[in-house]
Order: sequence, then structure tokens, then C-alpha cells
Amino acid sequence: MIPGSFSYHRPASVADAVKLLSDLGDDARPLAGGHSLVPMMKLRLATPAHLVDLHGIAALKGIRRDGNNLVIGAMTTQHELLASDDIAQSVPILHEAVLLIADPQVRYRGTIGGNVANGDPGNDMPALMMTLGATYRLEGAGGARDVAAADFYQGAYFTALEPGEILTSVSVPVPAVGHGYAYEKLKRKVGDYATAAAAVVLTLSGGKVATCSIGLTNVHETPLLATDAAKAVIGTSLDAATLKKAAAAAEAIMAPAADARGPVEYRKHVGGIMVTRALQRAAAKAK
Amino acid sequence: MNDLTPTREQRSAALEGMGCKRKRVEDIRFTQGKGNYVDDVKLPGMLHGDFVRSPHPHARVKKIDDSEALKVPGVLAVITAETLKTVNLAWMPTLAGDVQMVLADGKVLFQNQEVAFVVATDRYAADDGINKVIVEYEPLPPLVDPFKSMDADAPVLREDLVGKTTGAHGPRKHHNHIFEWTVGDKELTDAAFKKAEVTIKEMISYHRTHPSPLETCQCVCSFDKIKGELTIYGTFQAPHVIRTVVSLIAKLPEQKIHVIAPDIGGGFGNKVGAYPGYICAAVASIVTGKPVKWVEDRIENLTATSFARDYHMTTEIAATKDGKVTGLRVHVLADHGAFDACADPSKWPAGFFNIVTGSYDFPTAHLAVDGVYTNKAPGGVAYRCSFRVTEAAYCIERAMDILAQKLNMDPAELRLKNFIKPEQFPYHSALGWEYDSGDYHTAMRKMMETTGYAALRKEQAEKRAAFKRGETREIMGLGVSFFTEIVGAGPSKNCDILGIAMFDSCEIRLHPTGAGIARMGTKSQGQGHETTWAQIIATEIGIPADNIMVEEGNTDTAPYGLGTYGSRSTPVAGAAIAMAARKIKAKAQMIAAYKLEVHEDDLEFDIDGFRVKGLPEKFMSMKDICWAAYNSVPPGMEPGLEAVSYYDPPNMTYPFGAYLCVMDIDVDTGVYKVRRFYALDDCGTRINPMIIEGQVHGGLTEAFAIAMGQEIRYDEVGNVVTGSFMDFFMPTAVETPHWETDFTVTPSPHHPIGAKGVGESPNVGGVPAFSNAVNDAFSFLGATHIQMPHDFWRNWKAAKDLGAVA
Repeated sequence: MIPGSFSYHRPASVADAVKLLSDLGDDARPLAGGHSLVPMMKLRLATPAHLVDLHGIAALKGIRRDGNNLVIGAMTTQHELLASDDIAQSVPILHEAVLLIADPQVRYRGTIGGNVANGDPGNDMPALMMTLGATYRLEGAGGARDVAAADFYQGAYFTALEPGEILTSVSVPVPAVGHGYAYEKLKRKVGDYATAAAAVVLTLSGGKVATCSIGLTNVHETPLLATDAAKAVIGTSLDAATLKKAAAAAEAIMAPAADARGPVEYRKHVGGIMVTRALQRAAAKAK
Repeated sequence: MNDLTPTREQRSAALEGMGCKRKRVEDIRFTQGKGNYVDDVKLPGMLHGDFVRSPHPHARVKKIDDSEALKVPGVLAVITAETLKTVNLAWMPTLAGDVQMVLADGKVLFQNQEVAFVVATDRYAADDGINKVIVEYEPLPPLVDPFKSMDADAPVLREDLVGKTTGAHGPRKHHNHIFEWTVGDKELTDAAFKKAEVTIKEMISYHRTHPSPLETCQCVCSFDKIKGELTIYGTFQAPHVIRTVVSLIAKLPEQKIHVIAPDIGGGFGNKVGAYPGYICAAVASIVTGKPVKWVEDRIENLTATSFARDYHMTTEIAATKDGKVTGLRVHVLADHGAFDACADPSKWPAGFFNIVTGSYDFPTAHLAVDGVYTNKAPGGVAYRCSFRVTEAAYCIERAMDILAQKLNMDPAELRLKNFIKPEQFPYHSALGWEYDSGDYHTAMRKMMETTGYAALRKEQAEKRAAFKRGETREIMGLGVSFFTEIVGAGPSKNCDILGIAMFDSCEIRLHPTGAGIARMGTKSQGQGHETTWAQIIATEIGIPADNIMVEEGNTDTAPYGLGTYGSRSTPVAGAAIAMAARKIKAKAQMIAAYKLEVHEDDLEFDIDGFRVKGLPEKFMSMKDICWAAYNSVPPGMEPGLEAVSYYDPPNMTYPFGAYLCVMDIDVDTGVYKVRRFYALDDCGTRINPMIIEGQVHGGLTEAFAIAMGQEIRYDEVGNVVTGSFMDFFMPTAVETPHWETDFTVTPSPHHPIGAKGVGESPNVGGVPAFSNAVNDAFSFLGATHIQMPHDFWRNWKAAKDLGAVA
């Protein structure tokens, strides 16, 4: 549990960070909250020769409005997300889900950028960002580009980030007024990754589901959008048969690994239950 | 007498003696981060050692190449079994009469076994060095399942034992067999089963788990070449035994070994035995002439130094139709891993597992335990319990529930029907113990009344009906547990460790101003000895507890004792404290008689001094007696006021308790909620009710963890897959249920203050309460016995196997 030696860099601007990363190449890793990278280094499963610490870059902090979007700087901590009235009021599912990330000590340090950029299917934010239709701003030596969260995740720890690129902000479209939402997470204990979790954002019209988006956490090597499950509930009042159909559609795209949280069959089964419960709770909240 | 004269109650309260909820004096430093733990020990020129460990569970070590490691800046030495052989320390004795490799000698026998010890100027360099040691292995077939260990074609694990048909505890039946231990009357028991009206039989497993104290095992060894003295700072629950063991195996004179156990961050049995890290650090210090620190990390702690349980108990009860037990038959398959490294008293290869008759009046019983080797980490230690007592309590408490289910009787009623009656004490059990005292019926009835047991059963019946009607997906379980512990090892007639009788000791020295210091052979790891030991002295001799400093853990200053584990401190050292205090009190009485000019028989002890009988105004306080002890003792008497006592207990003590767990389980997810947990403990005389409550809370939390998910798990090829707190269930305050505590008081008749010990009771009684709750919840769906741990997915699987989930 002792890391190997490495050089430490603390750039003051995104441009400097990008330059360092492109100059140092594959031997360099950007450091945000460190919750994933540092343990890997202590186990010597990651042995970067250079760490580029992003904590010195003021431009990567903060939450601001940009039209109908909330733009969140990548180095904004989970604690800061929880403290934001703007998030609590306009994207309450984000507030709800962040509260389910580990414990206060972790949230003081953990960042939204690190959480979404690492490509860890166990993290809670990626599936939620897909559900919300968020986009990520990626900046590299060749300039900046925006990638939809739904297009970002390619495999476990594999993302659309190119070598030398940094994820600098997350842009979240504010859901419609009166929308219903829920993030249902089954976990063994505080600090554990989800056995399975489901995010639901929906709107109702005349007691029937008008729009719906469903995201799934930790039931596949990437976060998932359960589009068939979401389609299955449109135009329904979420009766028992519909819920069953939606859960089955969601389970059909799950491919979790068997681990200490349970065998594949169990994780898929509770994944379906999380979808059902999230749909019911979201509908109850919708106006 | 006037208004300012303190009343008797005020004088008594001022002592903060036994029965007082005295605040823990050690917490002043612990809560301010001012504790002094082994990793806080930093000596000039200190080096750091770390282990190269085996990735294989079973392999031949073909070659160890340290040439690249020695080129790493800061790396000074790489110690291997070959190095250790030059000082005859490649193997070390275990407390269970086996031997254990210190470093891999030709073979590795479990994953993460210690292979080489890299010594460097700092921990980073040591770890860099580890990664440069190249070890060539030839993998061998691993043996993981203990039930296959004695198959004819099972791989030979211990090549050092080939051809040895006898082990430390008698004949060996197979090359992977360690011992067979039998107790009880087989013939009589078989006969009882033959004529039994009802019998039950179940294989009840207690899975492998781990004590996992927050502070891992660690030491600093410092050898002074000039003086030839070795100083060891270590996380030792039994520092004096460690000194003797080091003296015997390292052939150093015992007076030249100084063992110091500073503050310890939890032990729970993990820190009783000796580990390769201690030997390697000591050898490294002798070789380099510099202090060497070894600190285990969490992965190493969970996967290499000690585990607990891994007992597979085939249990049978014979009974009459109306529920009177007539016989108990238990066979245990005990998985000890690669080496038998139990920390048991020498004569007890399965500890005190023969307490398995529990709280019940079994006319006859028979027990056989087979210990076997597998390719897993060695052990197993007593994790917050007296030796193998939690296994025994789990076995009998689960079996009694299974019997109740078969007889269609309420499990509490079945227990009440079979309890040993108050008038039967001292009670001689069928498996050889003499229970000192108990009043089981009172404790059980108090539990049932306080919890509203009958109403809870009624609610359960309604919920079951609702479940069957499809109105709810939640099932409710009531887990009853009534345990009898056996603690306070122990009487020299049946307990020793490596030939040293299991007494304990106390030395009290009072100073002229009415203050003093007391030293014991025990060692607190969080139990609060500095607080409670002073309380015993305060009550016994009338000096305020605040004026008594308690010191343990330094073998140069403390009297020899066998240490703290198995809830032995209060039963054994607590008695030694009272006996030493009484010696002081006797001398104090002589001094008071001399000063008050009366015969000592005319004096009576009165809270904080001696009073002349019938003359209440003629009184001498202990404070004044202390002063007199240093300037005006009776002619012919030695000055001073100090005493030592070494206490060899006449018997064990037998704490008991009645627990109830109320649990609700969602069958669709397996998620459980502990709605209520009630724990009534009878530990005899209560020294500090607040500390007892804290001990019960801690023990219940560990019991909850073990029963509901805490497991050391190996995959089918011998990889240990629970090497961190991400995988090994360590509940936080959020998961931990609320605890309700209660008590009755049945003093031990043979203990000087009647105390029995409590630290481990909640773990012993708690595990069966949780497991019985889960089993009780599922019983109406047809379950007889569901193995622990009862984590979410296994609960769901139970529901699915019973047809309750599609």
C-alpha cells in the first residue's frame, strides 16, 4: 500500500495543464479528487511517472447558469454540489444522488469531473448524466470539444477522452418544471458501490407519462441508458404490467459481473427492482 | 458532625469505585489524538521492513533473486528462509503446538504468505525493493475445501510432517489431518439417540471471518549489540508471553528482552499470537544493528495474520416429544489453514468448544473435533470470544431453534424448559465443566417481558398471514439467543500456554499522600483498564480511583501475566487486583489499630478508612494511613504500603445473557432491517456500568457484522477475494442497529468481587440472535437452516430457493 515515486505538477491554468499532459505523454495522469487514482497507485496497479494536480486551476471550479443549462466546473466537489441551492432547486435528482455517494469525508474531496471522467461503471454520476442528457467539455492541445455523456463511455475505464485531454466542465440541461425524479441505489453499506442503481427523470401529462429517461449504474461495464425501458412507459400510468415490462426491458441490457455484492442473476433482478421503484417514486413526485 | 460533614453516600461517591459510571480516563488522550501507538514509535536510525508475499495459494519456491532489489536506493537487505536458517529461525512454534514457516521454506502454502523480508531506510524504498525481488514459483494444486482435505488423493500440504503419525494432540489420520479431539461419553450418548422420540441433525457452518482491528499488527525491534539487549515495541495482547517466547526461540536471556506494548487500537484476538513480521524485524535489527519497524497494511492484516472460525459443526440433538433434551452429539471439521496457529491454552486444541451444551441440562453429550490443513491463512484465533466459545454458542443456539421448529414449539419456551435450574449450580456439564452460578429463567423471562415477546410473536403471525395473502413482500423474524460463556482462562489445573499457567497478577504501591500506582499483567486494547482497575482498588481500599494510576504493557515494570483476551482480565487480573488490595488493607488495618490505640479486631472498614467499632468518632482515613505507613508504623513492621498478588483462579466464570433480535426482510431484494435488538447480560458484579454498555455495544456491532456479511472468502482456486474494507463487511454507524441493553446480576461465588467478565458476551450471544432472526423469518416458508453470513443476496437466494421470489 505504498506508491512508487512520481513527479508532482500543479499547473495554474487549463492551458498549462493541457500542455503538461501533452508534453509528458502517457506517463502523466491528471489528478482530481484522487479517490480512484491514489488507491490504484498505492496498490501499484497505476504507476504514473507524473501527476498533474488540477487543484490549482481556479477556472475549473464553480457552478454557473448558461441559458437553460447548469455548467459545473470539473473540480467542483461533491460537497459543493450538495451546498448549491441552484442544483437543489433546478436539478434535485443530482442533489439526491450526490448524497448517496459514500460519506461526507469522501464528498469533501471527490469531484464531479473525476467521477464522470474516470469511466468507472460503479460511479453514480455517469448514468445520471446520461439520464439528464448532459454534455462534457473536453479540452486538449487541439482545442475544446463537447461530447454527450451518452457517447462518452466506451468500456470499463475507457472513454472518449483522447490522450492529453482534460474534462473541464459538465453541462446539465435543467429538466422541465414539474418533472418527477428518483435515484434508487441498492448498496451494502455506506461507501460501497451500487449493487445496482437506477436514475429516472420523467414528466406526466394527464396522469400519463409524457417523457421519460432511465439510467443504470454498475450493471454493465459502462453506465447505461435504458431506452427501451423508458419507451415502454411512455403514455402509460405506470400500471403493474407496464412496470414489469419496463423492468424486464432494463434487465435485458444489463450484464453485471458476479462479485461480493451477489451473482449476476441477483444483480440483474435487483436492477429491475431499482428501475421499478425509481419509476414509481419519480411519478409520485411529478406535478 | 455538621452540615459540611460528607454523608456516607458522598464519601462513597467520591471514591468512584465499583458500580460507578466513571468516565474513561484514557479517553482524554485518545479523543485528542494523543495516544501513543506502535507506529508513533520513531527511534533514531530506524529502518523499515516489508514483505514479498506469495501470489499463489500453493506452490514450490524454485528461486528467489534479490539482486535487482538490492540495487534499489535505500534497500539494505533481503531476508529469506535461507538467511533465517543461519539463526535457526526459518520456522517458529505456534501456540497450538504446531510449527509455522516464518518465511517460505521451499514452498508456499497460502496466498499472501510471507516469502522474503526487504529492509530499507524508509517504507517507500522497502516497497520499491519488494517489487524488484523476483521469485520463481512452480504452482501446485490448491486445497481450498476443508471437506476434501482428507480425501485419499488430496495434495500433501505439509511436507515437513510427512511420515509423522502423531501431532501435538495425538494421532493424525491423514497427511492433512492435525488432530482429533473427543470429549464426553460416546456410548451413553449413542444410546440416548437410539431411544430418542425426536432427533434433529444439521450441518451448521460458522464461516471464516477476521478480527480486523483498526490498528493492524506491527512492531519496532531494536537490538543493542553492546548490551546484548532486545527491545520490542509491539501490538501485543500478551506482552509477557511474547517476551518468554522470544527468549525461548531466539535463545536470548529473558532479562535482556524488553517488551513494551504501548496503546493498542483494538485486538479482538488478532494480537495474541506471534507473527513472521515480529521475528523478521527482530532478526533484521540483530543483523543491521539498527531499530527496524514493521507495520502491516490492511490487505496483509485481512489475508495473512490470523483469521477466526471456519468451523463446520454437524450437530444432533435427541429429545422427548414434549421437548426435553436427552442428548447432544457434535462433530466439528475445523479448518485451520496452512498451519495450526490457534491461540488456545496448550491442552485444548478446540479451545473450550465443549461448552457446546450451552445453558441446557443435557444428561449426556459427545463431541469430536477434527482439525485439518488447507491452503489458507493460518489460525484461527478467538475473535472477541473465549477460545471457540462463539462457535459453540452459535452451534447450540441454532440447533435449539431447529429443534423448536421440529417440535412446533416456541424457541423461548423450549429453552425455558431445558435450562439448568438455579438450584443445580454449581452445575457439572456432560462435557466436563463446572458452571459457577446462573439464574437463566429470570434472565429469559425478563427479556420476554421487556421486549413484549408474546406480542411480537402475534405480530409475526399476522405478517405471515398477510405475506401468504400477497399483501406484503416483507417477512419478520425473531431471533432468540440464550448463551452461557466460559471465560477467565484459567485455573492452572487445566490451562497453560506453552507450559506457563494462566494466572494473572497485580502490584499496588501506595504513596505517602494517599495516591498510588497499580500495575497488572494484562494489557488493555480499548477495554478501559486504566479506568476500571482503579475502581476496584478504590472500593477495596478506600482511595479515590482518580488517585490510582494504572499501568500495563511494559514487561520490565509490570508483574508477569498472561495478558488480555478471552474475557480473562476481570475474572483473573480483576481478582488479583482485589487480592493485592486486600493485602494492603490488612496492613493498613494494623497501622490504623496502632495509631488509634486499639486492637485491630476492634476496627471495621468504613468506605474510606477504619473506624473503631462502637466509637464512630474514632476513625482513621486511608489517606492518613498512607502517610503513617511512611513515618510511624508499629514497631517491628516494615514501612511502606505495597502488595503483589498472583491469582490462580479456582474455576472459570460463566457469564450468560438473553438476547432478542427483531428483523424485517424484504424478500425481493434480501435487504434486512434490524428493527430492534435487546441484550440482557449477566456478568456478575458490575464494575463500571458505562464501560459494560460500551463493551456490549461494540461486541454486538461485531456480531452484527459477522452474522450479516463479514466473511473472509476464497475462490475455488485459493485466491482470497476479501482483502479490503470494500469487500470485507465493516459496518459504519449508518448500518449499525440501535442497541437496547439490560442486565441481571448473579455474582460468581468463587471470584473475590463476584465479577465474571463481559467484553465478549455480546459477540458470543449476538451472532446466534441475528442468525436465528433470519432463520426464523424464513422458517414459515419451509427453511430449516440457512448458513451465515446473511447478506442481502443470500437472503434473496434463500427466498428464491423457497419459492418466495419468482
